[in-house]
Amino acid sequence: MTRILALIGLLFALITTPAFADRATLGPIISEFATAKGFKGVEVVIDKLAATGDPEVGNALRALSAGNLRFRRSDGAVFIVTSGQALDPITRETVDVGTDDPEKFKKVRVKNSIRRKISAALSGLTLMSPSIDRRLRAASTIFETADASALEALEVAIKDEQNQDVKAAFEDARASATLASGRDDADKITAVKHIAARGDREALSLLSRFEGQSEGELKSAIANEIAKIESSLAIWANAQNIWYGISLGSVLLLAAIGLAITFGVMGVINMAHGEMVMLGAYTTFAVQEFIRATAPELFGWSLAIALPLAFLVSGTVGLIMERGLIRFLYGRPLETLLATWGVSLILQQTVRSIFGPTNREVGNPDWMSGAFELGQLSITWNRLWIFVFAMAVFAALFFIINRTSFGLDMRAVTQNRRMAGAMGIRTSWVDAMTFALGSGIAGIAGVALSQIGNVSPNLGQSYIIDSFLVVVFGGVGNLWGTLVGAMSLGIINKFLEPYAGAVLGKVIVLIAIILFIQKRPRGLFALKGRAVES
Amino acid sequence: MTSFNTATGPGRGTWISVATITLLAIAIAIANLGFPPDSALHVPDYAVALLGKFLCYAMLAVSLNLVWGYCGILSLGHSAFFALGGYAMGMYLMRQIGTRGVYGNPVLPDFMVFLNYKELPWFWYGFDQFWFAALMAMFVPGLLAFVFGWLAFRSRVSGVYLSIITQAMTYALLLAFFRNDMGFGGNNGLTDFKDILGFDIQTRETRAALFATSAIFLCLFLVITALVTRSRFGKLMIATRDAESRTRFLGYRPEKVKLFVWTLSAVMAGIAGALYVPQVGIINPGEFAPANSIEVVIWTAVGGRGTIIGPVIGAFLVNGGKSWFTGLFPEVWLFVLGALFVLTTLFLPKGVIGTLREGWIAKRGIRTSKHLEDGELALPKPQPQAAE
Repeated sequence: MTRILALIGLLFALITTPAFADRATLGPIISEFATAKGFKGVEVVIDKLAATGDPEVGNALRALSAGNLRFRRSDGAVFIVTSGQALDPITRETVDVGTDDPEKFKKVRVKNSIRRKISAALSGLTLMSPSIDRRLRAASTIFETADASALEALEVAIKDEQNQDVKAAFEDARASATLASGRDDADKITAVKHIAARGDREALSLLSRFEGQSEGELKSAIANEIAKIESSLAIWANAQNIWYGISLGSVLLLAAIGLAITFGVMGVINMAHGEMVMLGAYTTFAVQEFIRATAPELFGWSLAIALPLAFLVSGTVGLIMERGLIRFLYGRPLETLLATWGVSLILQQTVRSIFGPTNREVGNPDWMSGAFELGQLSITWNRLWIFVFAMAVFAALFFIINRTSFGLDMRAVTQNRRMAGAMGIRTSWVDAMTFALGSGIAGIAGVALSQIGNVSPNLGQSYIIDSFLVVVFGGVGNLWGTLVGAMSLGIINKFLEPYAGAVLGKVIVLIAIILFIQKRPRGLFALKGRAVES
Repeated sequence: MTSFNTATGPGRGTWISVATITLLAIAIAIANLGFPPDSALHVPDYAVALLGKFLCYAMLAVSLNLVWGYCGILSLGHSAFFALGGYAMGMYLMRQIGTRGVYGNPVLPDFMVFLNYKELPWFWYGFDQFWFAALMAMFVPGLLAFVFGWLAFRSRVSGVYLSIITQAMTYALLLAFFRNDMGFGGNNGLTDFKDILGFDIQTRETRAALFATSAIFLCLFLVITALVTRSRFGKLMIATRDAESRTRFLGYRPEKVKLFVWTLSAVMAGIAGALYVPQVGIINPGEFAPANSIEVVIWTAVGGRGTIIGPVIGAFLVNGGKSWFTGLFPEVWLFVLGALFVLTTLFLPKGVIGTLREGWIAKRGIRTSKHLEDGELALPKPQPQAAE
């Protein structure tokens, strides 16, 4: 008793800030740490502190958890001791204790189970916090730790809570705490149902934890709910796979769609197609560097600025290639293949000489970073935008080919070159423009692909084989074929991955395509009629 | 237009090439082993190793030429057969290490001990015997080519489609061999070889012997190419190349012709790979890279496809250039290689040898007609000329 009195006296002497009442009630409890017997005793004191419901005890509890709470051997006064300084356990103000002799202070010992108790107690305290964010976090901590001691605090908090989101989180936490508490089975079964309604992985792991501890009716109720959650999670996992597949499919579509023009429509085996994509990606990099250096406030617009530039850069390179090289090789597809491979090597080395051989960092604007949840699906913004962008490019290309006079010329030249020429179409000009269009599309694909992968001189190489397979698989000369081909390859790939692993899954897809081409040498959507034999 | 004579069997040019290669190889081997290092006639060891490597590349180019130059099948996956042959030899060399490995396991190669294999996978059985490994170096590429070709040619996949799926084939193998679970050493491949047939693989004598063996096999390949292409069957190959549909309508079965040549070519590529591995001392999945296969195509194209010696010349020219450039100006090499692809296809479609031969034939034609005009020479026996 004298100790406590001495401590109170000391505290009173040290107090400089108001909040008088707190100190009067909390001080004595905190000082009980000095007399607590063993871990059990410490737990009792923590419970007492938690029961005050006063957020002010947070400092002392956090220090205890970190192992910084000590008491003076001589009089049992409790301090937070960190980096050679003694702090008041409530206000964290520096206290002059005259000496830093470690022999004079004794640490209040903690172990992991006590730390867990502390974190639960702290979250119980934060249930009353004025910040919505902190209340939500506290609720989720209680939910995960299933802390029965927080039950009463929760029930009080639920009554007072105004915010609907927080209230729902509190109710989840209460259900979790109920399971851990000593309440009767009927209550617990209601709690199990409530938790199961969440239907997510946390609910599943929580229920699985309690399945082993429970028995009888409760156990079968839990098992029942676990089975339900698992089947619903399996459906969500499939949905997630489909989304990943669509996302991969849009990447493939973007990479292949320019090729669908140059190879599919014109029949030019452009092995430098991947390098057109790479040029687009490097254009994005250059634009971003320029913006960073001159007008950082425009960074959010960098992709929009890069799009037309990338189209121009790749389109121009494509135009030069067609005029300077490919037009001499029409009708000799194998030679075209070799010559364009040569061009691809030259372009790679050019970029390597200018930008260096290492990966370049292309930044994501704010609106492309982060993710959001849709049910149990996690969808990242950049994947979503790339999907939207791929569809937009596809639609634009579709419009150009089917609804514009240039598209009409293009189709006419593809179908019957001499007749088109006789009708007054400048066939060689149409060839050049078509090739430039295909290359330009590859360039804007590069802008999008720079957002999800490394930008290096080898970028194109990693897409070229996939792109050709998509076009061949979908059917040459058919944009729909490319779309369906890209999406189905993407989805098949993602569904194989969980069973076979990423690499083997890809190998299986490649073999499947090789076999498929044996069966249908002209792809999924084969052109019929005269165009086939040309 | 492709002209050829009706004579069967290897022609004079082939024998001259074979004799030249043999003589050069003997000369280099003697110059390496017979003269002391300070002698002016001495050929340094690294040159022997480099030339041995080139000989294997030349073999690979010869095998590609057989299908591309004579049968019109542009394979972009020939390095797959090369690498498979190499892996077969590599597996034999791995088993020969025995207890001398880092972990000293008498049966399991080091990487298997490292990956916690308890026993040898079934497909490694037999590779402790040289004859078995040698057989597999031919059989495995041959089998893959047979199955692939049987499927592809039967369904008449041809032209660029075939090229693209051969590329997909080698790409699939590349990805598969990168996996550790495949049991072929994954990313690192097979290396750290000790000896072959009981001889230490590092000694100069063994290296010279491997070099000579490569030269002998290259000569053999040239003779085989000549024998096959100059036979009646060879004419069928060229007919298939130049007019597949017409050949079919005449009652032949082009797919059978293609399948035979394709499989033969794959076996040759496998042998080239098997000879390559002991000389470079490593085989890893990088050999499957599609870019490698396309490089083989450019060797063949530069030298002259559809000529017997052309691919050998091309392989030596391009690889010699590569060694020279990557030594002096490494950043320029890809420009040169790229330009080589572009310029060869634009200006030298028949390659060095093809262009030279064409020039020679044209010159002979001019000379003959000049003689005729002068009335000095009777008209020679008319040679049947086949047109494209």
